[in-house]
Amino acid sequence: MLVPNPLQPSGASSPLPESKLPATIPSAIVEAQGLSLVYPTADKPVFALSDVSLTIGRGDFVSLIGPSGCGKTTLLRVIADLERPTGGTVAVAGMTPEQARLKRLYGYVFQAPALYPWRTVERNVMLPLEIMGLPRAERQARAQEQLENVGLTGFERKFPWQLSGGMQQRVSIARALALQPDLLLMDEPFGALDEITRDHLNLQLTRLWRRTGKTCVFVTHSIAEAVFLSTRIVVMSPRPGRILDVIDCDLPRERTLDLRESPEFAAIAHRVREGLKEGHSYED
Amino acid sequence: MRIEAALKERILPVAAVALFVLAAWYAGALWLNAPQAQEALARTGKAWGTADLIAQAFAMKRPVLPTPDQVVADLWASLTGYTPTSPRNLLFHAGVTAQAALAGLAMGVVLGVALAAGIVYVRTLEYSLLPWIIASQTIPILAIAPMIVVILGNAGLTGLLPKAVICMYLCFFPITVGMVKGLRAADPLWLDLMRTYSAGGLATFLKLRIPASLPFLFASLKVSVAISVVGAIVGELPAGAQAGLGARLLSGSYYGQTVQIWSALVMASLLSVALIAVVRLAEVAVLRHGGAR
Repeated sequence: MLVPNPLQPSGASSPLPESKLPATIPSAIVEAQGLSLVYPTADKPVFALSDVSLTIGRGDFVSLIGPSGCGKTTLLRVIADLERPTGGTVAVAGMTPEQARLKRLYGYVFQAPALYPWRTVERNVMLPLEIMGLPRAERQARAQEQLENVGLTGFERKFPWQLSGGMQQRVSIARALALQPDLLLMDEPFGALDEITRDHLNLQLTRLWRRTGKTCVFVTHSIAEAVFLSTRIVVMSPRPGRILDVIDCDLPRERTLDLRESPEFAAIAHRVREGLKEGHSYED
Repeated sequence: MRIEAALKERILPVAAVALFVLAAWYAGALWLNAPQAQEALARTGKAWGTADLIAQAFAMKRPVLPTPDQVVADLWASLTGYTPTSPRNLLFHAGVTAQAALAGLAMGVVLGVALAAGIVYVRTLEYSLLPWIIASQTIPILAIAPMIVVILGNAGLTGLLPKAVICMYLCFFPITVGMVKGLRAADPLWLDLMRTYSAGGLATFLKLRIPASLPFLFASLKVSVAISVVGAIVGELPAGAQAGLGARLLSGSYYGQTVQIWSALVMASLLSVALIAVVRLAEVAVLRHGGAR
């Protein structure tokens, strides 16, 4: 299933163009076919993913939504080559996930900020760039640019503990963006934040997405967040983890918080809620 | 108000404990030296009272237990009466011992970190190597120190190195134990992050595992530096060394100079305290640089 041809991460030292993909690459950046992932456990195997097929186009903002245990995080981790599927195929920009990871095609934002506490904000953002072996000046320029992107200019010398939870998560987004990835994978990045902060960050994120044109895959369990941010919403269900429905979210690309009061928004949110209900996820 | 609080929380307890220790010391000196003092007084042939006995017990030339003021006077005479390079100055001996202790500590840190890295990265080493490491610490250092001196002496290595090797033998253990825990202290999420950057093993080690382990390293260092001083002193005993606090202890016991032994002991503990303070300062500086609150 996986092509046994691990690319060396050697080309990383040369400065990278804004996009690492040739323009001729098909419009799909993630293509999963019949993906399954089974964890063998003591009593019976756990089907974290079962026959998941999904295509994510370039420039899309796709949300994976569903209750706990529906495999949304697992799917994201499979795309990121942090987990290996036990069946099916997945291609990231026409490569295996491992090749894509070695080429540093994606940036990953975890549920927790996962900042290194001994590094300042700036040095946290520069961490992936140090590993890529970029020269110091370039590292600093990119960190500056990305911190500005998330509205944290002036916090370079602060340590993570001096920042609020929302600011820490913005640093972690800046750190992912510093890689200049084509694909941004986000695993419930705002799950631990209060609603006011979350609204604010959602607004910032949708602007960032519009400005940069990155493809985003976003895991969430908030219907409002999914509808607000996405171009497409993938509704998932647990036991086994599978896709129930894929809902197009054709709201205007320019989004404001007021949009959430509109009937169009309510209609899509309703469809998502109905989809989630279909999974009987609340009955067991 | 703040002075009052400091007095209550810091000064009073410290002073109370110090006073208690001093009182116990004087009482012990009186109790242990009394028989000798009685003999000495009896030899004079004059009548004597309790006050004479106490005065005599606290001013013996070769007491069983010298009093704190005798030790302090001897220390003071040694430190101020001679240049620091003179063998009669305890600073000279402390310096010799400190050299061996620090060299041994450095070697112990290298060995300890290397062993810990091996144990963390190679699962089987935890089961195959760790029992030997633990066994090595069950052998009394007094038994193995002469062997190390003899074996290295046979190879033509004398002076500082055998002592440093003995220190290393004692030092590496707390470092290994601390660093095994420290190198495993990296959050799984932090490790996943490194993987998403397709970071190699070396980058993960240097940029994640080592910084994450530093608090553990410093905790181990504070233990190791103290036992390193012990190791250096023990290493000076079988070698019949001419210099060092161990040599000073040895010559003191040859000639029954108990005051000299005690001032060397006090000097050794002062040396340990000073070295631990240096480690503590380094810890504060390094961890503060790394964002510690």
